[in-house]
Amino acid sequence: MKVSVKLFARASELAGTNQLELQIPERSTIAGLRAEMLRSCPELSPLMESLHIAVGSEYASDDCYIEPDSEVACFPPVSGG
Amino acid sequence: MIQLTQEQIDYTALTESVRSNQVGAVALFLGTVREVTHGRQTDSLDYQAYPEMAQKQLEKVEAETREQWPVEKMGIVHRLGHLDLGEISVAVAVSCPHRHQAFEAARYAIDRLKEVVPIWKKENWSDGTTEWVHPGSAESSSAVPPG
Repeated sequence: MKVSVKLFARASELAGTNQLELQIPERSTIAGLRAEMLRSCPELSPLMESLHIAVGSEYASDDCYIEPDSEVACFPPVSGG
Repeated sequence: MIQLTQEQIDYTALTESVRSNQVGAVALFLGTVREVTHGRQTDSLDYQAYPEMAQKQLEKVEAETREQWPVEKMGIVHRLGHLDLGEISVAVAVSCPHRHQAFEAARYAIDRLKEVVPIWKKENWSDGTTEWVHPGSAESSSAVPPG
C-alpha cells in the first residue's frame, strides 16, 4: 500500500522534502516503515534512531501496525517551549 | 484554551481568561527567547509545529494536568514562526484553589509540553549558522538541551 510520511524540522531538512511517498506491504509495522524509509531516503540515517513515528497524531511504537489511509509523520525529538 | 499562533502572545488576556472567583491562585509561566545558550549567542529562533498533532497533544497535556490537580481554568498558547530575543514563545496559565496546586500544575504542563508536543525550535546563531534543536538526537554531539 502507499503511505505518505510527513517530515518535520531536521528530518525534513536532511531529506530535502517535507513528505515522503513510500510503498510498503499491507500489515506493515512501524519497524517495517522505518526500514523502508531508510532504504528510500538514506539521508535520514544519522537521525533514524532518534526519530519518532506518529500515526493519527499519536506516538506509535515499532510493533504497531499501520492501517491503510493513516496519517503518518516522522520527526526528531521535540524542542518546543 | 489551547492555541498555536503566529502572533505575539497576549499573556495579559490569557491570565485574565483563567481568573475566577472560585479560586485563590493563578500561576503564569512564560518561556522567552534567551540570548546565550552554553556560551553561544542566539540572534533569533524559528519555531515549527506539526499543528494537528500539537493541538491534540496539548489537549492531552491539559487533561493530564486536570487529572492531578484541582484546576479551575487553564490555557496554553505556543507561538510559531520567527521570534527575536526576549519574545515570548510559550505561555501557560493555570488557576487553582491554592497556590501550591497552581505552581505544580503549571510546572507539570510546561514540562510535559516540552516532552511530547511536536514543536521544534531552530537556533539562528549570531555567527550565521543555524541548527535545529533535537535533544538527545544521535546526530548532534553539540545538541542543545531543552530549555
